[in-house]
Amino acid sequence: MEIDPFIFRLSIFILSIFVGYYVVWSVTPSLHTPLMSVTNAISSVIIVGAIIAALAGTSDNLFETSNIFGFLAIILAAVNIFGGFLVTQRMLQMYKKKKK
Amino acid sequence: MSANLSALFYLISGILFILALRGLSSPETSRQGNYFGIAGMLISIIVTFLTVGNFDKGFIYVLIFLLIGGSIGAIIAFRIPMTAMPELVAGFHSLVGLAAVFVAISAFLKPDAFNLGSAGNIKLASLIEMSLGAAIGAITFSGSIIAFLKLRGIMSGSPITFKGQHIINLLLGLSILFLIYYLCSSQSSNIFWTLVIISFLVGILLIIPIGGADMPVVISMLNSYSGWAAAGIGFTLENTALIITGALVGSSGAILSYIMCKGMNRSFFNVILGGWGATEQTLDSKGNEQKPVKSGNADDAAFLMKNASSVIIVPGYGMAVAQAQHALREMVDALKKNGVKVSYAIHPVAGRMPGHMNVLLAEANVPYDEVFELDEINNDFANCDVAYVIGANDVTNPIAKSDPQSPIYGMPVLDVEKSKSVLFVKRSLSPGYAGIDNDLFYRDNTLMLFADAKKMTEEIVKSL
Repeated sequence: MEIDPFIFRLSIFILSIFVGYYVVWSVTPSLHTPLMSVTNAISSVIIVGAIIAALAGTSDNLFETSNIFGFLAIILAAVNIFGGFLVTQRMLQMYKKKKK
Repeated sequence: MSANLSALFYLISGILFILALRGLSSPETSRQGNYFGIAGMLISIIVTFLTVGNFDKGFIYVLIFLLIGGSIGAIIAFRIPMTAMPELVAGFHSLVGLAAVFVAISAFLKPDAFNLGSAGNIKLASLIEMSLGAAIGAITFSGSIIAFLKLRGIMSGSPITFKGQHIINLLLGLSILFLIYYLCSSQSSNIFWTLVIISFLVGILLIIPIGGADMPVVISMLNSYSGWAAAGIGFTLENTALIITGALVGSSGAILSYIMCKGMNRSFFNVILGGWGATEQTLDSKGNEQKPVKSGNADDAAFLMKNASSVIIVPGYGMAVAQAQHALREMVDALKKNGVKVSYAIHPVAGRMPGHMNVLLAEANVPYDEVFELDEINNDFANCDVAYVIGANDVTNPIAKSDPQSPIYGMPVLDVEKSKSVLFVKRSLSPGYAGIDNDLFYRDNTLMLFADAKKMTEEIVKSL
């Protein structure tokens, strides 16, 4: 009997939840705000779906409804990717150690 | 690029995202972690282009839209003041949610582009995954918009409640499940649109009854939702990077919500159902009987602190509102010159989002190894000469330890009253968010400094 590929994806998903659980508990509380902004940025990897949606079909009818939703999603995700990573970088640069 | 090869690259992206979060375990490794995240994102985007393999006109448009969005994001990231981080994060959550909805809509309209079957005949599993992704995405979007408006002060922070609210929410929640079931059997696009609209509505109704001071929980919760929405879309697209990321973000937000709830000693459901607002009025104001309060001025405070050997600063959200963090650092610098040992004590819910106070102090050039969490520093109050409470209130109230009748009973608090003397900067004796009197005001070792947090701190700097 063959295993449905869905089961493999589900396995990845559930194992990742466990990884996430342990990794996030190890994040120091003083960095919880950068944690939120960086998780925000990486969840914008949804742009992968947006690109596929935007480029679907032939180039003759590039702006069908489904493509337009794809392009809009690209803009939203791109705001988040750049905004999320840059603001995280800006915050992390402020964390300094005591001058000895 | 073959599907197998691209799947391997997506796995690499996923691992880089895990490393990005791992880096945040200490400030030293955190910057490197952020670069891992950026690398993971770059790999994902490039691999997607190569997999689609369509470099015609469409490709140019994709780049243009990417740059438009990217420049908007970059401008926001450089301009945003650190005090506005909570609303920025809420705003960003709404974008992830809406992007998930849009991708789900495209997948529903053109399933063949995603290998999900054909329009009107979409694979059952994909249909369930995309409708869940769309529903959670829509809830994240509208919920985050409400949170954004409340944090920004455009909408009042007080809870909006009406009769039968919980029943309406319950019915709408059930109708989402029913619609997904019905969508699977009918494949009707009308049902799909109805599902999206009802989910938007649920997001709004879910957040309006939650009060402004509960926002740390709300933001964390929406963070979690945006992750689950991404995971739903990840299943639809059969994309490992998206599934891993969704799971990471989902659990991260859930853990932060848990930490925030614990910091307020409230259950998650108690926050979600908008619990506290109702009890606020029923508290009788027995604090009104005149109790003696000692008050002082900047010179007294400066004298006390200059002659202390150790001082602990307890900042709260009021410090951020008054923009007093820079003045505070000047005061601490002056104290250090006098040989006073200074550290900062941060309560888990001191800001408007998890870790907010730490960022504000870091911005004011406070070294992070002088800043301590509640568990780390609470025992030190007993050996400290002066505690300087600025903009915090409920998180210092000793009543949480002594009076089981109090609504904040059991909430972890900073043991400020144990220090030899307490300087409490506050404009008046008015109660804090929880609506209860702070016992600390009337203690013998407390000196109240009635003033604006920033002005008072500046005056203390002068007299030092």
